[in-house]
This record gives sequence, C-alpha cells and structure tokens, in this order.
Amino acid sequence: MSVLVFADSSEGKFKKTAFEVVSYGKKVAEELGTNLVALTINGGDASELYAFGAEKVLEVKNDLSTFNAKAYASIINQAADAQSANVVVIDSSVDGLYVAPMVAVAMDAGYASNVVALPSSTAPFTVKRKAFSNKAFSNTIVSTEKKVIGIAKNSYGAHENAVSGTAEAFSANVPEMGVKSESVDKATGVITIADADIVVSAGRGLKGPENWGMVEELASVLGAATACSKPVSDLGWRPHSEHVGQTGKPVASNLYIAIGISGAIQHLAGINASKVKVVINTDPEAPFFKAADYGIVGDAFEFVPQLIEKLKAFKQA
Amino acid sequence: MKILVCISHVPDTTSKINFTDNDTKFDTNGVQFVINPYDEFSLTRAMWFKEKQGATVTVVNVGEASTEPTLRKALAIGADDAIRVNVNPTDGFLVAKELAAIVKNGGYDVVLAGKESADYNGQMVPGMLASLVDFNFVNGCVGMEVDGTAVSATREIDGGEEKVSTSLPIVIAGQKGIVEEKDLRIPNMRGIMMARKKPLNVVESSGVIASTETQSFEKPAPKGAVKLVDNVDDLINLLHNEAKVI
Ligand SMILES: Cc1cc2nc3c(=O)[nH]c(=O)nc-3n(C[C@H](O)[C@H](O)[C@H](O)COP(=O)(O)OP(=O)(O)OC[C@H]3O[C@@H](n4cnc5c(N)ncnc54)[C@H](O)[C@@H]3O)c2cc1C
Repeated sequence: MSVLVFADSSEGKFKKTAFEVVSYGKKVAEELGTNLVALTINGGDASELYAFGAEKVLEVKNDLSTFNAKAYASIINQAADAQSANVVVIDSSVDGLYVAPMVAVAMDAGYASNVVALPSSTAPFTVKRKAFSNKAFSNTIVSTEKKVIGIAKNSYGAHENAVSGTAEAFSANVPEMGVKSESVDKATGVITIADADIVVSAGRGLKGPENWGMVEELASVLGAATACSKPVSDLGWRPHSEHVGQTGKPVASNLYIAIGISGAIQHLAGINASKVKVVINTDPEAPFFKAADYGIVGDAFEFVPQLIEKLKAFKQA
Repeated sequence: MKILVCISHVPDTTSKINFTDNDTKFDTNGVQFVINPYDEFSLTRAMWFKEKQGATVTVVNVGEASTEPTLRKALAIGADDAIRVNVNPTDGFLVAKELAAIVKNGGYDVVLAGKESADYNGQMVPGMLASLVDFNFVNGCVGMEVDGTAVSATREIDGGEEKVSTSLPIVIAGQKGIVEEKDLRIPNMRGIMMARKKPLNVVESSGVIASTETQSFEKPAPKGAVKLVDNVDDLINLLHNEAKVI
C-alpha cells in the first residue's frame, strides 16, 4: 500500500499546487502508516519535491508536449497500480480537475473533490469539502477501498518537510488520446488568477475601462493578477478571462483586493476562499464590508493612487 | 445528431444555505430551485444545434420527483423530451453511473453538461461519465462546433485557451462562452404550454451503489467584523504586520 500524488507541471516546471499535494499526501501517508510516492510527467527536478516530503518520485518522460487528460489519467492509473496505491491525491488546477474524475473511473475509486483539510478520520476515511459555492462544507466519507482525493487550491498549503528522496524512471503506455491539442493561446509573462498570491479586482464603481490604468499599476506593484466583477466583463470593459465569482473564475488567493465592487452574493461565492479580503468602496452599506477583513470607506479614485505610491515606497524600504 | 443534456437541479444563486436533521440534510425550505447555470449554457448550445443542424435534444436529471419542474423548464426552453432517473443524487460517481446507463442505451452522439453544479461544485460527473461510456471528453468548454463526426472545441486553461480537435461521440462540460449570456432563453408562454405535453419519462435506478456519503454539513465559522481604516498607511501596516500577506 502507498499514497500516490500527481505533481502537476507546466512546461517542465512544477505548479505551486504540486507542492501543496505533496505536503498533503505526505501527512496522509503518515496517518495511514505507509509511504508517499509522487508521480511527475515531464515535470521539474525531483529534488524540489523531496523538500516537501516526497521520499520517492516516479518520473515519466515521454514525448507528450502538452497535457492530455486521457493520457495523463491512464498514466496516473498505471502508476497507482504499480505502487499498489489505494489513495491518489490530485490538485485542483484545470488539468487536475480534468483528469481526476477519469482516474477515479479507471481505478473504480470513490472521488472526493474540493477537499480543504486532512482527513478527520482514516477509518472511515472522512474529508471536509467545500460545497454550496463556499457557503458551506460537507464532511464526506469515502467508503470505497480506493480513493481519489482532490485538494482545493491554497487550502492545505505547501509545508516544507525535507526528506532524502530518490527518483526513478517510470515507463507508462500512452493510450489512443481521442482529443488532440491544436493550439494554445496563453498570455505570456502575466500572472494568472489561478496562480496568483494576490488578486486585485475592480468593479462597476470604476465607471469605465479608461480607468483601469490604476488597477493594473496596483497589481504590478504587488505582483498580483487583475480580475473584475461580472458586469465589467459583460460590458466589455475587461476580458472575460478576468471575470471572477460564482459563474466566473474561482479565486483562492492569499489576498484579494476589491475596488468599487458591491459584494453581491454571486461575486462573494467565487472569491470567498481567499484568505484575506480588502474592500475599497464609497458606500459603507456595500455588502462587501460584511465579507472583508479590512476596508476603506472611500473613493477609489482618491485611495488607489495613494495606495500605489505608498506601496512603491514600502516595497523599496 | 442526438444530443443529451444533463440538467442539475440546484438552489438559486441567491439562496441562503441552511441544514436540518442535525446538519445532515440541506434545508430546502423557502429555497427556489433552478437549472444549474452552467447546464443552462450547455442547454442553450444544444438548442442551437437543434435549430441549425436538426439535432434532437433530450434532457436528463438524476433526482427525485421534486426536480420535475426544472426538467419542465428545460422542455419549455425547447428540449424535445426528458428523462428523470428516480434516484437521490448523493454522490457524483453514483450520478455518473446512472447517466452512463442512459447514454449506453440511448445512441447519443453528444452529451452536454455543465462544468460544475452550483450546489456541490464537484466537477466530477461529466469526466466520470465520459470515461464510463468511453466517449471523448472536453472539460471547461467555451466553444464547440460539430462537422460530420469531427468536433472542434475550445477549453479554458490557466491563463488562456486551448483549441482541440476530436470526434463524436463526445461529452462536453460547458460554461459561459459555449454560448454567451445574452443567448440564454427565458421560456415563453407557448414554450411552457408545449412543455406540458412533452414526454417526461421516469426510469428507475440501474442498481448503482454510492461510493461516498455525506456525514454532515457545516457552515464556515462566523467572520469577525471588518477593520475599517481611513488612510492607506494603516492599511499597508495591517496587511504587512497583522495579516502578513504583503
Ligand atoms: C446567476 C447569476 C450569477 C452571477 N455571477 C456573478 C459572478 O460570477 N461574478 C460577479 O461579480 N457577479 C455575478 N453576478 C452579478 C452580481 O449579482 C452583481 O450584479 C455584480 O457582482 C455587481 O458587480 P459590481 O460590484 O462591479 O457592480 P455594482 O453592484 O454596480 O457595484 C459597484 C460598487 O462600486 C461602488 N462605487 C461606486 N463608485 C465608487 C468609487 N468612486 N470608489 C469606490 N467605490 C465606488 C458602489 O458603491 C458599488 O458598491 C451574478 C448574477 C446572477 C443573477
């Protein structure tokens, strides 16, 4: 028996979530009294995973140049089989969410997604999951012998736990893929909402697209991603890819700064998983103040430029 | 082309979330149920295939009798017929297996679903269904075209989009982009009248056993009050020294 984690990567570099799933898998393996195996597919340097507790790293090197869900699911299943893994841990990146259900079927495993904490019990195997768009949690028992556990982003966190690990090559068959990648259109050099530690988001309170210069500047000072409320993307002020909330992208950053956003329930549902929330809004009655940790009741056009100036000084100090 | 659209019956996005029976059941009291918003985008795409390419559209829900108004609404929007699998949908794998039984017997070319449901947000069912019936699968789909048996689709990835080519039969997990918000339809009177006469077939479980079970629900711990400041120096100080996020 062992615990297998899939450490996802992109262009040969581990994603941040890879360290989170390794940290999580290590603890689960300890609780089950077994060992942890991390699987990488054309991933980064195995030693980066040793730092988070991966004693053994299986490295698949093949000519898959981009992610393919069917191929990855099959490889993860083959590795689980070879390692007699009863628990497989996968992250909640777009790729993780794509493969995990397929892995569960291949292993005939019960699958719990959106898990936010270590199992509260391992017999029965019970995990806490986000539900109702961050408005509640469900404590779920996974009753099958084999289990696939999907970890919600930035929930457990990455915890350094250096071990002396070993890496070995793992050769897996790649099945007929069915879905072929034709092209990838990805902004380079920008921080994505999915990866960002800090997200700076603005709403209809900013009046028009011409006023986003200060939002972008604030984001750049903080090394943050930019986001917006739904009406802002519906109005075409900002691209759809920036729309966050229940029907847009989910945000689970360490810091979320909301500027001129009222804090409608559908907006909050999508950003509530962020750890610290700041709101700047002229209306003290705006619902966002009930959800935020810190707030300024005031005009964005006055406070945001000041915040930029002071942060620049702070960063230099 | 035969299309099956999977419809989840979920609380309206403004609903208050509460639990009963010692926090083991979702409290449906006063809650308005709707077609899952993600499924609505997919259903609307299916209507386009019906009108432009002569597809037939069946909608399916795995749920108890209380979900029928939601299926009727999908019929009023324009689906041809509906199936309800009479099972309490307690686990994503269970739902996927029940749907797989429908898909295997139905001869569908395209199964359209939403990328997640607004209640349990599991993001499990479409991918599981595709694997169970061995259809191709595109997750987080923001655009799709069918030409003969060839399918071209676009999916959302972190920081961008990927264009893929694939073929029928296929499962698509859609979201906004597969159609736009302005394309969504509100059923009109005629649609609602017609929906009453359209077939809604109830089928019993194919004998699937759940692999997970909800032991209890809980709500997040109440949040402390917001700390208001009136200048950015204080804000920076708090974010740095107290919250430790900058
Ligand atoms: C099914 C459904 C799904 C939805 N999904 C989403 C979703 O995913 N994401 C989402 O965001 N919304 C979603 N919505 C919409 C949501 O209900 C709100 O309408 C939306 O979030 C409001 O956006 P906003 O806060 O930018 O605009 P508004 O509500 O118009 O708020 C603007 C705010 O700016 C403040 N303001 C004005 N001027 C200034 C100034 N100079 N300085 C500072 N503050 C100022 C105002 O006081 C106000 O609070 C959804 C709605 C439905 C029905």
